[in-house]
Amino acid sequence: MNSWIKTLSRTLYLDLSRKQFWIEERDDLFSKWLGGTGVAIQLYREESSRRADPLGPENVVVFAIGPLTGVFPMASKVVSVFKSPLNGYVTESHAGGRAATAIRYAGYGAIVIKGSSDMPVYIVIDEEKVRFRDAGALWGMRSSETVGKVLREAMPGAGYRTIMRIGRAGEKLVRFSNLTVETYRHFGRMGLGAVFGSKKLKALVIIGRKGFKLPNPRAYREVYREIYELTKGPATRKYHDLGTAANIIPLDKLGALPTRNFSSGRFDGAREISGEKLAEDNLSRRLACTACPVACIHLAAIREEYEDEKYFYKTEFVPYDHEPIYALGSNLGISDRYGLLKLIKVVEDEGLDSISTGVVLSWATEAFERELISIKDTLVELRWGNWRNYVKAVTYIVLQPNEFYATLALGVEEAALKYGGVDFALAFNRVEPAGYHTGPLYHSSLAIGFRHSHLDAGAYSIDQSLVASGTPVPSPEEAAKMIIEEESWRQILNSMVVCLFARGAYSKNIVEKALKALGYEIDESRLVELGKQIYLEKHAVKLSEGFEPEKMRIPKRVLETPTPLGNIPEEYVRKVVRHYIKLVREYIEKVGSSNEVFREIDSTSAT
Amino acid sequence: MKRFVVVDSNRCVGCHLCVYACTNRFGYVGVSKSAIHVRSAGGVERGFAVIVCRACRDPPCARACPVDALALRPGGGVILNTSKCIGCGFCVNACDIGAVMWDSEFMKPVICTHCGYCVSFCPHGVIALEEVT
Ligand code: SF4
Ligand code: SF4
Repeated sequence: MNSWIKTLSRTLYLDLSRKQFWIEERDDLFSKWLGGTGVAIQLYREESSRRADPLGPENVVVFAIGPLTGVFPMASKVVSVFKSPLNGYVTESHAGGRAATAIRYAGYGAIVIKGSSDMPVYIVIDEEKVRFRDAGALWGMRSSETVGKVLREAMPGAGYRTIMRIGRAGEKLVRFSNLTVETYRHFGRMGLGAVFGSKKLKALVIIGRKGFKLPNPRAYREVYREIYELTKGPATRKYHDLGTAANIIPLDKLGALPTRNFSSGRFDGAREISGEKLAEDNLSRRLACTACPVACIHLAAIREEYEDEKYFYKTEFVPYDHEPIYALGSNLGISDRYGLLKLIKVVEDEGLDSISTGVVLSWATEAFERELISIKDTLVELRWGNWRNYVKAVTYIVLQPNEFYATLALGVEEAALKYGGVDFALAFNRVEPAGYHTGPLYHSSLAIGFRHSHLDAGAYSIDQSLVASGTPVPSPEEAAKMIIEEESWRQILNSMVVCLFARGAYSKNIVEKALKALGYEIDESRLVELGKQIYLEKHAVKLSEGFEPEKMRIPKRVLETPTPLGNIPEEYVRKVVRHYIKLVREYIEKVGSSNEVFREIDSTSAT
Repeated sequence: MKRFVVVDSNRCVGCHLCVYACTNRFGYVGVSKSAIHVRSAGGVERGFAVIVCRACRDPPCARACPVDALALRPGGGVILNTSKCIGCGFCVNACDIGAVMWDSEFMKPVICTHCGYCVSFCPHGVIALEEVT
């Protein structure tokens, strides 16, 4: 076996119930599945049970990095795999910051977290030790930023560490709470914050200062240079200049910017909340994940005068990206830039996923407008554009002062089932959608994507290129193939683990070269095959947990509001879903006998 | 003679590509062999501190070394003689700006040689090599 795998395969197991840890060499997994997603899904399958309660001690959280982590530019992401409390199925979420490199240089390739603690704890991991610490003083703190500050002061390893923590939302088990990394980066979607909260795990501090000897420094330097030049630009330039917020104006022009609960693809205030405007008036600093020349992370500064004292100011920093701008901006009819930034800041401090929060609130606003709910429920008037009241509502989602907000905290699906308005409750498989209304491929990809992220298959960009080239929309079968093929290749990128903004740089050929420089013997075609297999493994695990895509609700609103490619017929999405089911079921049948998880399905379907 | 300088740490985005470049010189990846260190200046919103040898003319680290393992480098800074170095770490403590790093694998200091390899990997013009007389 190649020696590089040995540097990567140390897997740290943490058992919160017993406050114990141990280390296993998992070169078996890292040599077969590379790392990242490929390895994480296997570790998840080993440790989790099909029927595990997402918020019970049986749920496991796996973090994994890959062979390129901390080694090549933009290999900057950590993959997490866990069962989502939003919909009860296995899922995946990624984050950058310093998390990936801290894990790598603390000497680990993966971390598996099991059980749950009876008291709030945080865990500190470095090159030599693992320590469980009492988090009593951190639990309940109003802002996740403060938690970060406290830990930053208390811990060594500045510059080479990650401080992952949940906010109050995670403690209160809001199903769409996130896990914040450093400050301003997140495992955003699918409720990892609530899973941490249910385990009473407030934070994870990982300090990594090691280094590893390269098997072939000369070959390595050559490939490094090549990748560095590719990632530096011009392909990534737009993310450096305006960040992901660069998308707001083009999407609006196209009629694909979800507005006021997806009732339109155009927002009259788009210019005001655009990347251009934000850069001109509010941008204060750009930051990068470790090993990334792009630095897409954009921070705005907002200055606010205290109401009770003239000339008494505070300045706050707010990270902005396309998704929060859509979800909490156009989707809530907010064009006041200051108001939007304040709202993003509150969502950030509470530790909520901005996408789900925005969609839950846009459903509530429409339900309020249609008098399905009243001020008795909402406590404040929810009206498009009224950001001050939205700020209050966000805190209510966390504190849950009444039944209405306690229901909102479960996600939009639950809220609509209880209060009505299902037709305009935006969710696929109970998960609120990311910010594109580009066409049928995108929405179909949300229906079958594993992460419920626009990045699963990047289908928003397939739609956009269809519009641009005037190509007719492909048949659902064709579309399913395109989406699945793209998602499959991305499994390789997610096993390396590279930032998907570097997907242009990391062509099949470059991935092969990078791996070869580290001593792997694998070629392009084998990589493509492996990508497919990882895809199928993941989705097979999900189906084995009882995921029934046939029964999925396709939100009516998505079908009614025209996209740049016209209205989406429901049958189109259903056909894509059917194709997906067929593919995954066939795989399950093929490998079924050799695999326990699949045997379980076989026996249930036989009865 | 050249010397390495931090031109403007406010341009730094904290990517650590300079750190990785420095470690790479020795055929390693990671941070343990880097003579340059980048950390937030008290929270990333305040930007970054780029910590690296500033080529002192009368270097405190050299004065602190009990075995004369640090020789004066023409142009400023020091050159480490690893066979003399006993790994006591006095130089680390002597440097007020914290620019003498420590390699805990070899138990020796990591000393910036002002070669400028990292400069070519900084995407944002934070660091440079400068001619000194
Ligand atoms: S492009 Fe952005 S998200 Fe990706 S690695 Fe760079 S800074 Fe991080
Ligand atoms: S390479 Fe440049 S921008 Fe990146 S951390 Fe080093 S000095 Fe800062």
